[in-house]
Amino acid sequence: MTVETAPMATGTLIASRSKQDIQARIAKRYAAERRFRAYGVSAILFGILFLVALFSTILVRGYSAFTQSAFTLDVNLDAGAFGSSSPPTESDLLMADYTKLANRALFQVLGVDPANRADAKAAAALLSANADTQIRKAVLADPSLIGKSVQLTLLAHGNVDSLMKGQFDRNIPEGRRQLSDKQLAWLDKAAEAGFLAKHFNTGLFTYGASSKPETAGVGVALVGSLYMMLIVLLFAVPLGVAAAVYLEEFAPKNFLTDTIEVNINNLAAVPSIVFGLLGLAIFINFMGIPRSASLVGGLVLALMTLPTIIIATRAAISAVPPSIREAALGVGASKMQSITHHVLPLAVPGILTGTIIGLAKALGETAPLLMIGMVAFVVEYPKTPIDAATALPVQIYMWATAAERGFVERTAGATLILLAFLVCMNVTAVILRRRYERRW
Amino acid sequence: MLNVQTSEIENRAVKLGTTDGTKVHAKDVNVYYGDKRALFDVTVNIPDRSVTAFIGPSGCGKSTFLRCINRMNDTIPICRVTGKITIDNEDIYDPSLDVVQLRARVGMVFQKPNPFPKSIYENVAYGPRIHGLAGTKAELDHIVQTSLEKAALWKEVKDRLNDPGTGLSGGQQQRLCIARAVAVGPEVILMDEPCSALDPIATAKVEELIDELKQNFCIIIVTHSMQQAARVSQRTAFFHLGILVEEGATNDIFTNPTDKRTQDYITGRFG
Repeated sequence: MTVETAPMATGTLIASRSKQDIQARIAKRYAAERRFRAYGVSAILFGILFLVALFSTILVRGYSAFTQSAFTLDVNLDAGAFGSSSPPTESDLLMADYTKLANRALFQVLGVDPANRADAKAAAALLSANADTQIRKAVLADPSLIGKSVQLTLLAHGNVDSLMKGQFDRNIPEGRRQLSDKQLAWLDKAAEAGFLAKHFNTGLFTYGASSKPETAGVGVALVGSLYMMLIVLLFAVPLGVAAAVYLEEFAPKNFLTDTIEVNINNLAAVPSIVFGLLGLAIFINFMGIPRSASLVGGLVLALMTLPTIIIATRAAISAVPPSIREAALGVGASKMQSITHHVLPLAVPGILTGTIIGLAKALGETAPLLMIGMVAFVVEYPKTPIDAATALPVQIYMWATAAERGFVERTAGATLILLAFLVCMNVTAVILRRRYERRW
Repeated sequence: MLNVQTSEIENRAVKLGTTDGTKVHAKDVNVYYGDKRALFDVTVNIPDRSVTAFIGPSGCGKSTFLRCINRMNDTIPICRVTGKITIDNEDIYDPSLDVVQLRARVGMVFQKPNPFPKSIYENVAYGPRIHGLAGTKAELDHIVQTSLEKAALWKEVKDRLNDPGTGLSGGQQQRLCIARAVAVGPEVILMDEPCSALDPIATAKVEELIDELKQNFCIIIVTHSMQQAARVSQRTAFFHLGILVEEGATNDIFTNPTDKRTQDYITGRFG
């Protein structure tokens, strides 16, 4: 009965409705759709606004870290400075008073009388404490320079660098300033004459930790991060892919595998500091691997990345259409052959994307590394993954807590370097995915 | 166009063939999906070198039965098969029988064309390669060519064997899948609604092809189209609610069905 009457009732309903009614409803529907779109667009704009604000802040603060002020001086390496024996012994070369040589060259161009002790002290303070090391390096690299006058680019002190970058307020009363009026006059003259200038800051990429901003760099942190990424790749990728393939293709569906699945999903959400605690307890306290070693950091990050890789790989595998599996089985491929010949190659883009995103996450991870002692003042490059090292995000964290003006820009500069690496990795993921993507 | 493979198949057929021409024999086959029973005591003889069509309404178990013949149902964990199916008097559910070998003997063509996302050549060459059917590149080339010829696709693709198989039209893809199945040198070819995703012209080509293939293979086809069953098959089996209602020569089934349900179905009263 109802089936018979229903279409008739609807028919009369539509007919009874006036044209205006219908038009009003249509207008309302369109308005609702427009509103909905506006919400979406504003949400995206809001996000972009924050992103732009974030990036512009970091850029504005950090770009100056990529240049560094230095004096270009003619250093006279007279033989007298290298002891009495000729040619000078190795210990002579190591022990020579290079600071004196550097100061002498500086005094000459600034016109400072070395006998005036106050002036000499004020002028010497303009050079980086690292200037002697720079000369020593040049001499050790080429002892034949001794007895000649060599043009060298010596780092200026961090305060001089701040002045050159316009971060220095000359209006502050002299007594509360880092640089005196006399020093400012020398520097202005030097800058005008052209032997004090800003150069590209290669030191930012090569130096290790330092308490002086001008000689602090992310070199050691980069090597540490590189070791850790390699260890993550080495451990997490094979384990993760193998686990995912087994769980997705071979494991029987039962209580045990269900539990494992739930736990893997939960592990992906475990706070990273917990992995740090785990690493501290197992790798350092139980297995006795040295603290601060990138091996420990890499293993901890590998554990942390494992669930991400397993989940991404499983998703990629289950996204391969079942018709491909059936086709392979249908021509008499074994289960193993259908997986290795067809399913895995088709899942590769997904696996790669998951892996690279997992790696990127690991690269930016700080908290677990704090737990295993990678917050360390490491000057020497780690030769092996067992040596003490630090990581890029940890280096940023350490610089962020330092007081000197020079470390502020370095914090932002190192953040830019980290972001550049992350962008590179994500672009690689996109390219690989595009390249291996196949349609079926 | 007789080649190494077909003569090999003939030898095998002569060696193993049964006297009454029955290729596949099923006795009291029951299939359960978990607790649900999908097939009830299906007993049927399927002759060699002919086309047998399974017809019936959706969900009647015809595809399920088809997938028992190459043990494709093994891939479904909750599926359980009882009863006996033999090919050339050999029990295919014998525990000592290797499923992979069985599937090489019983090829399958699926409802939706599913070429591998590889080149046309690789699609056909894959089966022979994993079974080690070709010793040299020349032999493999020969298998690929004859398989594509048998699938009536050679003329259309011979100049672009390295193009992706997925770039072909739907009908060509399905013929590529048939070529892929033929390349392994099977004795039986199962086709699960092979034309349901194709337009009438492609369907006509595939049907023509099926008609030719029956000279060398035992073909079992599941179809929803009764016209198709009438056109291509010599024998027809009608399934209803998991029961094999009636089986016989196609002419008899369509002109003179003995069962009321068969009559209702083929006259379009239900299903």
